[in-house]
Amino acid sequence: MRRKDATYNFFHSQFCGMEWGVTMERKERPEKQYALKKWWNQKYLQFMVIPGIIWMLLFNYVPMGGIIIAFKKFKITRPIADAPWVGLQYFKEFFQDSNFADIMINTLGISMLKLFIGFPLPIIFALLINEIRGTRFKKISQTISYLPHFLSWVVLGGILTTWLAKDGVINDFFVAVGLLKEPVSFLGQPKYFWGLALITDTWKELGWSAIIYLAAISGVDQQIYEAATVDGANKLQKILFITLPSITGTIALMLILQISGLLNSNFDQILILKNQINVSRSQVIDTYVYQVGMTMGKYSYATAVGLFKAVIALMLLLIANKSSKKLLGRSLY
Amino acid sequence: MSKITPSKIKRSKGTILFDTLNTLFMLIICFLCLYPIWYVLVNSFNDAKDAMIGGIYWWPRVFSLENYKTVFEDSSVLRAFKITVGKTILGTSLNVFFTAMVAYPLSKQNLAGRKFYMAMGTITMFFSGGLIPTFLLFKNLNLLNNFLVYIIPAAFNFFNLLIFINFFREIPASLEESAKIDGANDWRIFIKVILPLSKPVLATIALFAGVGQWNDYFGGLMYMTNRVDLEPIQTYLYRMVAQVQSSQVAGSISASNITAGDTTSTSIKLAAMVITTLPICCVYPFLQKYFVKGMMVGAVKE
Repeated sequence: MRRKDATYNFFHSQFCGMEWGVTMERKERPEKQYALKKWWNQKYLQFMVIPGIIWMLLFNYVPMGGIIIAFKKFKITRPIADAPWVGLQYFKEFFQDSNFADIMINTLGISMLKLFIGFPLPIIFALLINEIRGTRFKKISQTISYLPHFLSWVVLGGILTTWLAKDGVINDFFVAVGLLKEPVSFLGQPKYFWGLALITDTWKELGWSAIIYLAAISGVDQQIYEAATVDGANKLQKILFITLPSITGTIALMLILQISGLLNSNFDQILILKNQINVSRSQVIDTYVYQVGMTMGKYSYATAVGLFKAVIALMLLLIANKSSKKLLGRSLY
Repeated sequence: MSKITPSKIKRSKGTILFDTLNTLFMLIICFLCLYPIWYVLVNSFNDAKDAMIGGIYWWPRVFSLENYKTVFEDSSVLRAFKITVGKTILGTSLNVFFTAMVAYPLSKQNLAGRKFYMAMGTITMFFSGGLIPTFLLFKNLNLLNNFLVYIIPAAFNFFNLLIFINFFREIPASLEESAKIDGANDWRIFIKVILPLSKPVLATIALFAGVGQWNDYFGGLMYMTNRVDLEPIQTYLYRMVAQVQSSQVAGSISASNITAGDTTSTSIKLAAMVITTLPICCVYPFLQKYFVKGMMVGAVKE
């Protein structure tokens, strides 16, 4: 049937096209043949894309297919196809796990801290650095603020484990200033972990995250500021009524991404700061998946936990995107 | 009327106060960003046994090169360092070239199947198979305990591809058209016209991918199940840090500090940290103008 249509269209376009002119001809040309011809005309371009598509199929889509082991009782010694189906057993097991509540609370707690405190700080930092008068000083402090971003979490972890110990720099400082009477083992007590996660992450990414906002600020038309100066606006008013509204789009975009990542902990960071003692406040979904999957070899269970996280993250993204579209008229796609 | 420059306008008291506080704030931020590195640096140049007493904040107390000597004489550190350099150079160049090659056709609106390809890529940004299925795939591909696990799975990155696309779109079409009239095909145009014009974005992506490779410790931890000799320096350091972490019960540095000859494990760690950190610290300031632009293009799309 389809083939008949195509043939019909082909002849139709051949004869009628001449009558109706170029536009008609383009419209009526048979889809299939036209697409093939177009493809062949672009063969060099297509041959450049295809390796990328194959790469994605192999390294992104095959693992997505591998998710089925979350619903099967998979053993590493036998192929996936041989594993018996168990339905939602592993999801149930996770929800009934004695660690489930702790893991969820830690994941969400750390993410919420990063969202409510960690998210606005780079914006404030960008606004402040934008107000620096000397261009030289501005540039140098900007460059220095990027530095921690380029350090690895391992190196930072190495510094932090030394500094946060009882005889480390932080305790030396706090005791000398009088903020602490007794030295505290910061990483050796669960109650400090969330705060440490927030502070160290903010320290590392403050300058880097500000780049995007600074770029958005630099795009604001200078004439608006001049007009506001003539009208007698002060610095704060200019920041609140010109700069901030001009970068709302960028802020919204970053917020959507941040919200969709609520269940995504900074794996590299948590894994290095986590230890046997603070585990009750430092175990998050990502580290749990790694632990049960890789060190205990419970592949199916770990995959189920990972899938649970991925699905919720996707839902969060869609919700955040939709609300942003409705409220601000901006969205990711 | 002559133009009034901002400096000629008299600043109000409030403005002066704000500027002073702001400058002070920036100085504190700069100090906080620099000091940890400085601390590691001075302690790594201090005699190890003397450093165990602590209290070295600003300058080495007993200057010594012993820690560095030990590190450079340790064959396992050197080997790990070579692995890191190797995987960074190979992985970065492949990632930059491959991603750019795939991005170029996708920057053309009239590419057949473009929407489909882009949708396929966008999905990968928001959903993935996760840790275990990826591990199993690598196992089936014989990538475990194989140096190539650092290179091939890191050869492509969809987010970097978006940055490339946005950059390529800015290149005037007339350049490509004139090359086409001269008889060049799309591949030649990409190699001879587009790539030479794309140095800023190539530098940006090279920096992103390079830092990612250089700093990654998880690859070595996860995929080198029985080939310690293929672990990069970051994984080597991770093991040292994890050892300190497991002795957190005591809460002190000295508890995990093992004396080794003229130096201690802590001081060796510090020296190794300096060696792994310095190359990046020296490179990134010079690439700054590129990556700032790159981030901008990546974030402010359409």
